[in-house]
Amino acid sequence: MAEAKLLSGNDACVQGALAAGVRFFAGYPITPSTEIANAFARELPGRGGIFMQMEDEIASMGAIIGASCTGTKAVTATSGPGFSLMQENIGYAAVAEIPCVIINVMRYGPSTGLPTSPSQGDFMQTRWGPHGDHPVIVIAPYTAREAYRETGRAVNLSERYRVPVIVLMDEILGHLRERVEFRDEDLVQEINRKGPDPDSTFLPYEYTEDGVPPFANFGTGYRYHITGLIHDETGFPTNNPVEVDRIMRRVNEKIELHRRDIARTQFVEVDDADILVVAFGSVARSAHEAVRTLRQEGKAVGMVRPVTVWPFPDEDIRKAAAGKKAVIVPEMNLGQMVREVERVVAGTVPVHALNRIDGLLITPQEMRDLIEDIQ
Amino acid sequence: MGKKRFNVTVDRTICKACGICVAFCPMSVFTTDHDDKAVVSAPERCTGCRQCELLCPDFCITVVQVEETADG
Amino acid sequence: MGELHEKYLRMNKMPHIWCAGCGNGIIMGAFITAIDRLGYDKDEVAAVSGIGCSGRITGYLDFNTIHTTHGRALAFATGIKLTKPRLKVFVFMGDGDAVAIGGNHLIHACRRNLDMTAVIFNNHIYGMTGGQFSPTTFKNKSATTAPYGTTDPDFDIAQLCIGAGATYVARGTSYHARLLTDLIVKGAEHPGFSVIEVITHCPVNFGRRNNFESPAQMLLWQKEHGVAARKAKAMPLEDMEGKFTIGELYRSTEIPEYLEEYGRVIQAANEEKQP
Repeated sequence: MAEAKLLSGNDACVQGALAAGVRFFAGYPITPSTEIANAFARELPGRGGIFMQMEDEIASMGAIIGASCTGTKAVTATSGPGFSLMQENIGYAAVAEIPCVIINVMRYGPSTGLPTSPSQGDFMQTRWGPHGDHPVIVIAPYTAREAYRETGRAVNLSERYRVPVIVLMDEILGHLRERVEFRDEDLVQEINRKGPDPDSTFLPYEYTEDGVPPFANFGTGYRYHITGLIHDETGFPTNNPVEVDRIMRRVNEKIELHRRDIARTQFVEVDDADILVVAFGSVARSAHEAVRTLRQEGKAVGMVRPVTVWPFPDEDIRKAAAGKKAVIVPEMNLGQMVREVERVVAGTVPVHALNRIDGLLITPQEMRDLIEDIQ
Repeated sequence: MGKKRFNVTVDRTICKACGICVAFCPMSVFTTDHDDKAVVSAPERCTGCRQCELLCPDFCITVVQVEETADG
Repeated sequence: MGELHEKYLRMNKMPHIWCAGCGNGIIMGAFITAIDRLGYDKDEVAAVSGIGCSGRITGYLDFNTIHTTHGRALAFATGIKLTKPRLKVFVFMGDGDAVAIGGNHLIHACRRNLDMTAVIFNNHIYGMTGGQFSPTTFKNKSATTAPYGTTDPDFDIAQLCIGAGATYVARGTSYHARLLTDLIVKGAEHPGFSVIEVITHCPVNFGRRNNFESPAQMLLWQKEHGVAARKAKAMPLEDMEGKFTIGELYRSTEIPEYLEEYGRVIQAANEEKQP
């Protein structure tokens, strides 16, 4: 492959989604994700796909779920205010197990906030936005190249596990343009959802070994029912406590069951490090730079970067943090991921939060300053 | 040619006793029982307008035309 | 139950959950009669519904069915229709569903003119939650959220849809069940977005609070207040006071169907791709 392109993070998401077979996009204009809609509007009609500008983000989320019901890979993109509006339908996709991908290019909030300034304030919302216990996968790229590859992977994971997958970008990542040199490992392989077995009776929410029921696309001869009411394996509503408990455990646990396939964590000079930085998204770019320069100066600093941020990589963080002098968690919020890190290391290592909420990126120097203070 | 005859039945197991058929049958074919459920009391009056079939929200009424035999 | 019910309903889900005398069952009967007349293959029909009593209809219909979120049925349906246009898409909503929480989706669906048929069950109340007033509850009615009578003016759903650009708009009632079937058939055959508003009744949460003694009395009200659109045109305005028109209210074939129009976009995109 080894083809070089100048791509923004937002454009890279679109290219990755297209490579994974996405043929439907519905969205509503919002800074700083709008370029994603613009690019899909340009790209989809010539590829047998449909671009739809809906009346709001609620409708956009509904439309991609509808599109997915017919077997079409579907994406929407938004930012904070729109992402908040999407939550009910994201919960629907989670419980009805409809594959779909939501790209959330984070901006400073709450409310209208700072529309063109970055933030990582949606970290917890991506996990807990919809009401009720529900499964979700969240992936946070940190370069344009990764935005391409990980958006493709997001589409594939949503198809394989019948779950909404959120690609968690931020304003910096969405708008920066960088030279992307695609290599063979960036190639996005298309994965399609598992269909019904024609030789056996179709149960829309069957209990299978892998915890993922087969999906019958609308219009393929399987007439069945999809609902956001809690349902049994036939797909029809149930109040039976035994059935309710059984299906909701399966729906939530399927993510844990496939954690190894879903997880992706980057380790940078972790083994001999005294101090560990845990960072994701654009903040991890600064962290990476801080680690590089500190290493040049002979300081034992490493970084762990969750690429798949939800499910949170408990084991990866626990192992990486074991025996370290300190763990630093820089975030462009008042401390969200740090709570997960604290939970995981459970008091065995001191955890320091480094937070910035002025709408600017945490710089490598700020991290260096904190690391030097601790040392 | 004789008058057309109809067989009217009410599925009592699914009748919810709403009284719509009783109120709207133009020929007063229906009455109600002790549970207020519909009873076909005068099937011979039925003219086959099917108003009861159309307006029964629970689909418990069927109106079937009785086949006339050759000798009437 | 007859052959029609056995053919188009999920018989193992019967009897339905609707209350005694509820209009929803009548509408469902009229709908399957329309489908039978249209001769659609069951595998090629998608039925989409929102939340509320009316939303439960999709559980009973033996098609590709999806019971979506409150107010959003049209959004889901849009995604279905756009990505599998050969499916015949019917969208079922209640009055609160369609014109309160889903009002924005309704007007934009009207404007786009995508070939789907919306059937709106207008019983003038939120039934499932226990009788709160809706955007179509008339003034001075009693509701659990209006114990001293409603003050809000009400929406005329059909007029709203005409105003928003729907290309086929009709109004029926659950009393005029034969007419309703005709209107659904015509709406489905119309190439574009069609709306069938159905004036129906909630005997439990509207009727009992508003001096209707029985479901039959509510049907009688529909019979007496629904005036055929053609007849209404010739009537003096004051005679229509408190009444409503039924039948086909608006039809236009001048506005292109959405996917037809989208074909131009596809063509332009393909032309640009040529060297």
